Amino acid sequence: MENMRSKKEYIGFAFRQSMPVMLGYVFLGTAFGLLLQNAGYSFVWAFLASAVIYAGSMQFVLVSLLTAGAGLLNTALMTLFINGRHIFYGLSFVEKYKKMGKAYPYMVFSLTDETYSVLCGTKVPEGMDENKVFFWISLLDQSYWVAGSVIGALAGSRIHFDSTGIDFSMTALFVAIVVEQWQGARLHFPAVLGAVCGLIWLVVLGPDEFILPALCSCVIILILARRRMEPDMGKEEG
Amino acid sequence: MPISIQHSLAIIAVTALCTVLLRAFPFLVFGGKKEVPKTVRYLGDVLPASIMAVLVVYCLRNIDFAAAGHYLPSLVSCLLVAGLHFWKKNILLSIGLGTVCYMILVQAVFV
Repeated sequence: MENMRSKKEYIGFAFRQSMPVMLGYVFLGTAFGLLLQNAGYSFVWAFLASAVIYAGSMQFVLVSLLTAGAGLLNTALMTLFINGRHIFYGLSFVEKYKKMGKAYPYMVFSLTDETYSVLCGTKVPEGMDENKVFFWISLLDQSYWVAGSVIGALAGSRIHFDSTGIDFSMTALFVAIVVEQWQGARLHFPAVLGAVCGLIWLVVLGPDEFILPALCSCVIILILARRRMEPDMGKEEG
Repeated sequence: MPISIQHSLAIIAVTALCTVLLRAFPFLVFGGKKEVPKTVRYLGDVLPASIMAVLVVYCLRNIDFAAAGHYLPSLVSCLLVAGLHFWKKNILLSIGLGTVCYMILVQAVFV
């Protein structure tokens, strides 16, 4: 049966799914906008950076690169280093996104940590086209980020609200998704592996350098463990 | 502005380009006409759970154990989020209460 849900229904569903991201993105975006404005850049720059870069932690580093007048090679290396983890997100969506037509490039561009997490956890209701749902969630997420950045640059210094700690909403999002996946999964090995690899590499390399080795070891170990994992997975996929 | 408009634009452009290249990498390698290798398909199924766990560690990477105020707010709030989510399965409730709890702890309890 062809699904004939209205655009409104899609946006409504995508909005509910993306609400956990909204809180964090609006506030973190505001913090970025404020920071950039303090560095001497108007809201137009905040809008531009959030529209074309769209990477949370990297944009905070961007502010210091701009104020320091960093070289382009240095900028490129910093970006590759800080955003290196993004290489892994596409692996889950290669097959799905290939069939997305016009939206394909945007879906690839907008695959942030948070959007990736929400999309992994989204169960599309009966009769809705998954591609459209994914597209609207991705677009809404970025609009929160851009809106936050512009608000921060325009009004940041006038907002009198102690938002210290609001960035915890991103941590909370990831914790909740871990729990959700844990309950839905037949095999808990991947989640445990991620936690163990993360902690070991954090202790060995420290907070600035652990994430790429941690993700690489997960990939290698999961590939090595494939034979033992797959007999159970067939059932799970169904 | 500390530096010229051209230099600023160049820094933003390079950052944007490198970021999108990283995100596009798996699609450039495996996204062509050929069928996606079985290993990649398998990783697509099992890797998200690992990545989420690594991301939680990533968010908590800067806590230290020098004083209770450096780690208790995060740990207590994470446990609250996990507990609430096991119990109620409502993502907004879990995130909302967890964040409020964290904010109260860092702003009012462990100052």
